[in-house]
Amino acid sequence: MAVDEQVLYSVKNVKKYYPVKGGMLQRVKSHVKAVDGITLDIYKGETLGVVGESGCGKSTLGRTILGLESLTEGELVFNGNNISNHSSRQLKPFKKEMQMIFQDPYASLNPKQRIGDALEEALIIHTNLSAPKRREKVIRLLNEVGLKEEHYDRYPHEFSGGQRQRIGIARAISINPSFIVCDEPVSALDVSVQAQVIKLLKDLQEKHGLTYLFVSHDLGVVRHLCNRVLVMYLGQMVELAPVDKLYENPTHPYTEALLSAIPRPAVGRKRERVRLTGDLPSPSNPPAGCPFHTRCPIAKDHCTTEKPAWRQIDEGHFIACHER
Amino acid sequence: MKDTVLEVTNLVTKFKSADGLLPAVRGASFSVKKGETLCIVGESGCGKSITALSIMGLLPSNGLITDGSITFNDQNLASMSPKEMQRLRGNDVSMIFQEPMTALNPVFTVGFQIREPLMIHQKLSKKKAHARGIELLKMVGIPSPAERMNQYPHELSGGMRQRVMIAIALSCNPSLLIADEPTTALDVTIQAQIIDLLNDLKEQLDMSMIMITHDMGVVAEIADRVIVMYAGEVIEEGRVEEIFENPQHPYTKGLLSSVPNVDDPDFDLKPIAGSMPMLNEQISGCRFHPRCPHAFDKCFHESPKTFSVTDKQHVRCWLQEEEVAQNGGRRASSL
Ligand SMILES: Nc1ncnc2c1ncn2[C@@H]1O[C@H](COP(=O)(O)OP(=O)(O)OP(=O)(O)O)[C@@H](O)[C@H]1O
Ligand SMILES: Nc1ncnc2c1ncn2[C@@H]1O[C@H](COP(=O)(O)OP(=O)(O)OP(=O)(O)O)[C@@H](O)[C@H]1O
Ligand code: SF4
Ligand code: SF4
Ligand SMILES: [Mg+2]
Ligand SMILES: [Mg+2]
Repeated sequence: MAVDEQVLYSVKNVKKYYPVKGGMLQRVKSHVKAVDGITLDIYKGETLGVVGESGCGKSTLGRTILGLESLTEGELVFNGNNISNHSSRQLKPFKKEMQMIFQDPYASLNPKQRIGDALEEALIIHTNLSAPKRREKVIRLLNEVGLKEEHYDRYPHEFSGGQRQRIGIARAISINPSFIVCDEPVSALDVSVQAQVIKLLKDLQEKHGLTYLFVSHDLGVVRHLCNRVLVMYLGQMVELAPVDKLYENPTHPYTEALLSAIPRPAVGRKRERVRLTGDLPSPSNPPAGCPFHTRCPIAKDHCTTEKPAWRQIDEGHFIACHER
Repeated sequence: MKDTVLEVTNLVTKFKSADGLLPAVRGASFSVKKGETLCIVGESGCGKSITALSIMGLLPSNGLITDGSITFNDQNLASMSPKEMQRLRGNDVSMIFQEPMTALNPVFTVGFQIREPLMIHQKLSKKKAHARGIELLKMVGIPSPAERMNQYPHELSGGMRQRVMIAIALSCNPSLLIADEPTTALDVTIQAQIIDLLNDLKEQLDMSMIMITHDMGVVAEIADRVIVMYAGEVIEEGRVEEIFENPQHPYTKGLLSSVPNVDDPDFDLKPIAGSMPMLNEQISGCRFHPRCPHAFDKCFHESPKTFSVTDKQHVRCWLQEEEVAQNGGRRASSL
């Protein structure tokens, strides 16, 4: 996988807060800080993994980056163009460049629409191909993701989970995007089928020079597929590093706990586990200071009041922690 | 054998459907010893939950056991009345269900749901049941257990709800606990806490456990012995070391090489082609043959017999027969 250091997408201090309403008048009482200040550069041709616990803001980050959510704060610069305040009409040419693959492709397919027609839809919006040319292209796409021409006339319920994910992938690549957000694309699949889809994503990336933002809670899949990994906790960045550095030298206490918690499919090599106590705090009422201090095994007094700064500890390796 | 708690022999469970009776479990046999953890592993739809529900006498209304026997501490469960089964479930066998949210009743407090079985089955007074409930919540690591008793399920996190489920399941001091994917819906850090908890409790209470999972990592953490299921059949069985270090069935091998290894950046991912068949699919011979890279003539026509690799490891695959024929030597080929 050739990754040059050319920045494709620059995400600057991006925040996405959702209002929480309550009381008789349904006034806004507080905010869920789903994404709370993310800054990063995504390089051309790379796969950037985003990991962290349920509710930490991975999907919201993906949707916000794709312009599917309004920004609460921050700046999005795609290929040198600041698109933060673009209208939907202005965004159209950029939307063609950015696509998304979902965890449950079934939910995003119309059950009454033939697969072929579903795949042609994006081509109608974004290209001016003639009907026969569109059909030709869709058949090529079906072949490319390992499906067959006869699948063109089938309906979504006639496909297995793995096949539906292939359809989701075909749809995402149909208009030749350069950037794809993959949101848990293999989480709902059986492991044997999951491995097939991972291979497909890798092959397509190589062939089309795609850049992926790969959201997942499966740290094994992330290691296998990603060049760099961002670890999030309660909407914030806690560690960012090239994949091998992160797995071999996890430095933030949360990353350490996360990696040591994965059950290894091998016997007799029991690892010492960093034991966390307590549950994930609520994102509408995040702890002051370091967001992780309520569960951190090495928290000190100042962690409860002072927010740790984001700093570089090694080439390309960043963390936010007072003690490491 | 005396220390065998549960013995399942040739279990066949079928579902009534528009296409007639369709088997979801096809002649499964296995046993669980005292103090042992048996893992049932396999992909979605292979029959893990239905096997467990058959044992518990809790099959969906269109499901029925059509063959085989289930012996628990010398009692034949398949011939028990629903009333007797209910008594057994409250006293000797407990189950933690796959979906914690649906298993706890949203309209009752945690306290109510944990007191109820104690009052019914152990005939404790409400006061005693309450005190015991607090003890149980404490045992499963829930902070401020007395306050939790008054809370409703939606006020707890997923991990905490699962702990409550475990506490309820343990309230009758079962000799056998069946846990159906108790950690699948949880984050890894919380999953690790629950696995540690189950391992600790099992030691403390000298309980037997059947753990159902599709995660080979979880199997390695918790199992003494493993059965691997595919399309309703047990296709391999063995001690946990045997399954991980010397898997014999092509499907077991395939499962192990389909999971990316977190500790190895160069892990060679080898998917299994195709996907799990539907219940109504007719497959002749070995049910794995359409996906098997080693399938040969015999596999298409004859359902494989079970061959023994060691006294504990048994494999349902024709390749083993060849191996026996070739002077018992181990085949060097891998997937
Ligand atoms: N449309 C919305 N309105 C209100 N709150 C939301 C909305 N979408 C997400 N949230 C909240 O924002 C937080 C982050 O959610 P998000 O879905 O991004 O998490 P995630 O990391 O993708 O989790 P998971 O691993 O479970 O998919 C959560 O607390 C969630 O409840
Ligand atoms: N009520 C039912 N009626 C008909 N078929 C059913 C019913 N319940 C389950 N099945 C089928 O029985 C088979 C075995 O289901 P089971 O729930 O045991 O799978 P499982 O191995 O537990 O899978 P998972 O990992 O998804 O939980 C599946 O093919 C399923 O579709
Ligand atoms: S800043 Fe303090 S609480 Fe946060 S991770 Fe570091 S040591 Fe733990
Ligand atoms: S019996 Fe034949 S088809 Fe079945 S697993 Fe063995 S080799 Fe493969
Ligand atoms: Mg998500
Ligand atoms: Mg199940």
